[in-house]
Amino acid sequence: MKPLSDLYQQMLRIRLVEEEIANRYSEQKMRCPTHLSIGQEAVAVGVSSALTIDDKVYSSHRAHAHYLAKGGSVNKLIAELYGKKTGCTGGRGGSMHLCDLDAGFMASTAIVANSIPLAVGHALHFQTQNTGAISVAYFGEGATEEGAFYESLNFAVLKSLPMLFVCENNRYSVYSSLDVRQPSNRSIIDLAKAIGANTIELDGNDVVAVAEAANEAKTSILQGKGPVLMECHTYRHREHCGPNYDDELGYRPKQEVEDWLKRDPLVLAEVQLPSTFSKDKIIASISSEIGQAFSLAEAAEFPSIDQNYEYLYA
Amino acid sequence: MLETANFADEINRAQHQSMQMDSSMLSFGLGIDDPKGIFGTTSGLAKAFGSERVFDMPTAENAMTGIGIGAAIAGSRVLMTHQRLDFFLLAMDQLVNNAAKWHYMFNGMMKVPITIRLIIGRGWGQGPTHAQNLQAWFAHVPGLKVVVPSRTENVAQQLHQAIMDDNPVLFIEHRWLHQQSCHTESIVSLEQPLEHTQIVREGKNITVVANSYMLLEALRAAEHLAELGIDCEVIDTACLHQINWSVLHSSIEKTGHLLVCDSARKEFSCGAEILANLSENCFGHFNRAPVRLGLPDYPEPTSYGLTKDFYPCAQAIACKISELLGSKKSLEAHSPLEQSGHHDVPGSWFKGPF
Ligand SMILES: Cc1ncc(C[n+]2csc(CCOP(=O)(O)OP(=O)(O)O)c2C)c(N)n1
Repeated sequence: MKPLSDLYQQMLRIRLVEEEIANRYSEQKMRCPTHLSIGQEAVAVGVSSALTIDDKVYSSHRAHAHYLAKGGSVNKLIAELYGKKTGCTGGRGGSMHLCDLDAGFMASTAIVANSIPLAVGHALHFQTQNTGAISVAYFGEGATEEGAFYESLNFAVLKSLPMLFVCENNRYSVYSSLDVRQPSNRSIIDLAKAIGANTIELDGNDVVAVAEAANEAKTSILQGKGPVLMECHTYRHREHCGPNYDDELGYRPKQEVEDWLKRDPLVLAEVQLPSTFSKDKIIASISSEIGQAFSLAEAAEFPSIDQNYEYLYA
Repeated sequence: MLETANFADEINRAQHQSMQMDSSMLSFGLGIDDPKGIFGTTSGLAKAFGSERVFDMPTAENAMTGIGIGAAIAGSRVLMTHQRLDFFLLAMDQLVNNAAKWHYMFNGMMKVPITIRLIIGRGWGQGPTHAQNLQAWFAHVPGLKVVVPSRTENVAQQLHQAIMDDNPVLFIEHRWLHQQSCHTESIVSLEQPLEHTQIVREGKNITVVANSYMLLEALRAAEHLAELGIDCEVIDTACLHQINWSVLHSSIEKTGHLLVCDSARKEFSCGAEILANLSENCFGHFNRAPVRLGLPDYPEPTSYGLTKDFYPCAQAIACKISELLGSKKSLEAHSPLEQSGHHDVPGSWFKGPF
């Protein structure tokens, strides 16, 4: 297990990157729909702490934290948001289609639940090739309402694939709360269990709990005990898509928002850090890294329109 | 006596060869290893290559397509088979949003070597949801390849090369072709480069463009018309993603007449695209306005009593051609093409249900 200070630093780095995106978003230079992970960093950091470079990750529209925690390049992320040539997909995908193969972050995709089968397919490849690595699918609780989720989980269990399903339950799909979407007396965990998966339900804002659960899950998966689904309860702080807070719309109960903000994963981790831990120095170094990423992105060229026909076919 | 090979066996042979050549290849589909082996086209594969590589699957077309795509992204080579194209409609998200765009969207960093065999049914009550050829949907999406075989001579070559292609390929097989046969000596080698658009019969009076089962009907019509002194050039547009337009342009320059026979609904079809392209590029070479034949714009009904004229047959093609060429030949002149027996089966070998 990685020490808490490491996990905390990673969460802080992701938080600062995304806050800077939020700060600059209104400049209208990052011209693509952007779903921030602020408030949900502990899941990405905790899960990634159990993964090696050989383990592969797929994610959804809300993927910045998963990408960065897996080791994705911050320079390429920011450049991608700016639509530049130096972006992680050269400007073709934007915020919702991230990729850093050097880090084992395969892809994020923009259609709800649509990358879950891809991750399972990757696990099928791992199994047939006997690689000893695992494949990970991150998705929101909204994705568990899609057929692709059931179909994928069923197949992964059927074949006992080396597959970790990570459900981030932040209770909302855009403005729709869970109670208008799923029966209140049936949990995602029960559902996954009924399909035959091993399951862990936990506080997704507790980075240590997530890291421990992910390690345990990975060990069990590699022992051939079949896929594991982790349901991580968490909360997004800002609007569904974009840089702002939108609680004036009233779709989330005030008390609920306040309670979850108090349970910010960074705050929860910070109080457990040793007194010798110096936050300021770390912030300074992260901020300079971020500043540089934005400068590079701004200075970079747009990709050439002449290349728009390139890579239509392999 | 010359030895013959049949279409279904050739499809089977191509899969065996491909699995042999690429040990990373996986193949799955509903019923792929059951006793019927998808009309015999997959028989023996699971036994030869093991159930890890060749397996039946849950009835979950969408996720299973995604799983195939994921395995292909990871480095496997994947073949999927659906007994009917109609069932594959559940997988449009994975096909269109992922497979078609993956290489492009991720700037060439990943590729998706997946081939999806889709079988089209016809007749014997297949009806509205077991007989759709939606080739134009697939051909419409950039990043997909669409191969529509029609002849025993090259179907193994076409399938083998589809499988070995590093792009997503839809391989649209008409069920009525499965029992076709040809002499083994006319079979094209698996490795010979594909002809995307091929002249299968040379002629000078009219260009007839077709694919799938419609190509067979066109060839029958052409043979019959030759006896009446009408010389048809028949062209097979097997690869819809990459039509070799110069083959078609040269043909029109020679014949000055065009009939496009679509094996799907006539309107908004591949035939419409072919006709549009040739009108744009060969306008001055046409002696008469080009003509199309295709399926009507309603779903295929199930009843024997309702399907009589749903599919244009060789006789309808011959009539259209004589009309287009202003020939005085009446319908009776083409009566030798009249189908004997039931209109809703390809031959006595087909006893239903699928
Ligand atoms: C198939 C599909 N339906 C609808 C949408 C629009 N949409 C984008 S994000 C989203 C919310 C999904 O909620 P969840 O999966 O819980 O993820 P979260 O946004 O909470 O992280 C929706 C409905 C979509 N992208 N894809």
